[in-house]
Amino acid sequence: MTEMTYRDALKAGIREEMLRDERVFLLGEDIALNWGGAFKVTKGLAEEFGEERVRDTPISENTIAGAAVGAAITGMKPVAEIMFGDLIALAMDQVCNQAAKMRYMFGGQTSVPLVLRTPFGGGKNIASHHSQSLEAWFMHTPGLKIAVPAFASDVKGLIKTAIRDPDPVLFAEHKLVYDKKEEVPDDEYLIPFGQAKIRREGADVTLWGTFIMLHKALEVANELEKEGISVEIIDPRTLVPLDTKTLIDSVKKTGRLVLVTEETKTGATTAEVAAIVQEEAFDWLDAPIKRVNAPDTPVPFSPPLEDYFIPDNKRIAQAIRDIV
Amino acid sequence: MAVEKKILKELYTRTLKIRLFEEKVWDLFGENIVPGTLHLYLGQEGVAAGVTTALKDSDWIQSSHRGHGHVIAKGADMNAALAELLGKKTGSCKGKGGSMHITQFNVGVLGATGVVASGLPIAVGAALSCQMRKTDDVVVCFFGDGASNNGTFGESLNMSAIWKLPLVWIVENNFYAMGTPIKMTCPSATVAQRAEGYCIPSQVVDGNNALAVYEATVEAVKTAREGGGPTLIECQTYRMKGHSRFDPAKYRPQEEADYWLSPEKDAVHVIKKIVLEQGAMTEKEAEKIRSTLQKEVDKAAEFAKKSEQPAPEETLDDVYAEAI
Repeated sequence: MTEMTYRDALKAGIREEMLRDERVFLLGEDIALNWGGAFKVTKGLAEEFGEERVRDTPISENTIAGAAVGAAITGMKPVAEIMFGDLIALAMDQVCNQAAKMRYMFGGQTSVPLVLRTPFGGGKNIASHHSQSLEAWFMHTPGLKIAVPAFASDVKGLIKTAIRDPDPVLFAEHKLVYDKKEEVPDDEYLIPFGQAKIRREGADVTLWGTFIMLHKALEVANELEKEGISVEIIDPRTLVPLDTKTLIDSVKKTGRLVLVTEETKTGATTAEVAAIVQEEAFDWLDAPIKRVNAPDTPVPFSPPLEDYFIPDNKRIAQAIRDIV
Repeated sequence: MAVEKKILKELYTRTLKIRLFEEKVWDLFGENIVPGTLHLYLGQEGVAAGVTTALKDSDWIQSSHRGHGHVIAKGADMNAALAELLGKKTGSCKGKGGSMHITQFNVGVLGATGVVASGLPIAVGAALSCQMRKTDDVVVCFFGDGASNNGTFGESLNMSAIWKLPLVWIVENNFYAMGTPIKMTCPSATVAQRAEGYCIPSQVVDGNNALAVYEATVEAVKTAREGGGPTLIECQTYRMKGHSRFDPAKYRPQEEADYWLSPEKDAVHVIKKIVLEQGAMTEKEAEKIRSTLQKEVDKAAEFAKKSEQPAPEETLDDVYAEAI
């Protein structure tokens, strides 16, 4: 085991797959020599693998995604980077109409083994076009898989699985977790999609969430432990496929559920999860399911506004106390 | 360019094959057994015939929303193609795609698409893949005059030029985007002029003359195969029918329609006359080709009609490589 940042663990996973399979290549804006990616995830890879396999592109999101599709269906394994999650709006046709549907609408004649990496999330005061959490858009698109790694020890195993997957994977990252450190296994390991991880065991309430909210939830759980409230924390690790079993089993144990994400509330992944739990575990619930999300507004710029927008430890703690 | 006799005969055969296929589709539509809508290739046969005759089997084509002709010209199995149009289980897409997604990967068709201009980025990726895998295959991308007004046109032409991709852009200018004349939406006299800004050589050819299309494509393919980068060929042509199933195309001026739809401009007539004049085929041989193709098409229609419908629950198949 080696302690490393999420960023370095992610890069190590990509690097291992590039060494393992020469069909794997990277494309995106400013990912190569001059910049190494806006969040430096690919820094050093162009030096090692050359600018053909770590390829800077023009600012053309729809064609970056489309080129990944075209390469994927003709024998390559592209890993495309969209610099900010918000900018996927420019590539929606290729992601949702083409990549997601090709296997289906062509009757299984082709596979689209591509990975589209992009960071979501706020907290850096970069306003409405660089801060959103849009994973629900893609959860609503059959044919895509969605990984949502929140921890360094998971991101490496998940990116390796994503790159080897025969279906298109939206690999969502989060800007505030790139610097988070954890012990990461040195040997090769893959994390299967659709297996949640219980990050903390508890007895009184289940908390399900994603990305930086899980880091906050762990802090909150330690605080609440002192008050005698025992919180079980579940990280789904992938949204599609979604591990409902781990969640339902936990809810059946605790009888209470709090859902926490940074998404705006209406139509968020938390709404879907709440619906699943009431369908499958209604009789085990001892209290209403609580959702902690951002308000239904664009992401604001000014620090006091953004701090209000993004759920904080206090709001998470309050939601738990409300139902315990 | 001195064109071999067997090539001339092939141009006639492919042009006629598409014509007979599409006439059959029109008849089946008249029988009211074609679900949904259709974008017929009738009138534009010279383009697909000329382009595909300049390709080798392992070259790829990216089709558009008006794709029947492309797929048939590239050598698709007509049974599976007609069965697909009727929504049958034996269709090339198992009844999941229909007219707008008619595709046969095994003969090098990357896909037909219902989103105008969405094929261009995919062609970029396929050509990049051919280049990176060091094959000598080229990719041809068919799209209409209307697609040249979409953002992907600029993104994709640009990317193909900077990377010198083995790609040929084929604009099928039939002068109407649905009902909107190109002169209302494009300030230049030709679509081909737009390529200049991307340093892509271009030319305009008579799309109703399969030989002219063939000769232009041969040059473009040679350049692409030798690493010289992309070429754009604007093939000017005309729809014999409206945009789609129920469109009588009354918005087209009578004089213009009379010119394009005159027997002398007809794609089958044009190539037949050339091939006969050049002594590559006798009238008797031409008739034999026609009767052989007609039988093939008739048999395909019988196959399609007799094929079983997909089972309703097949709706759920082929979303992912393995059901999740």
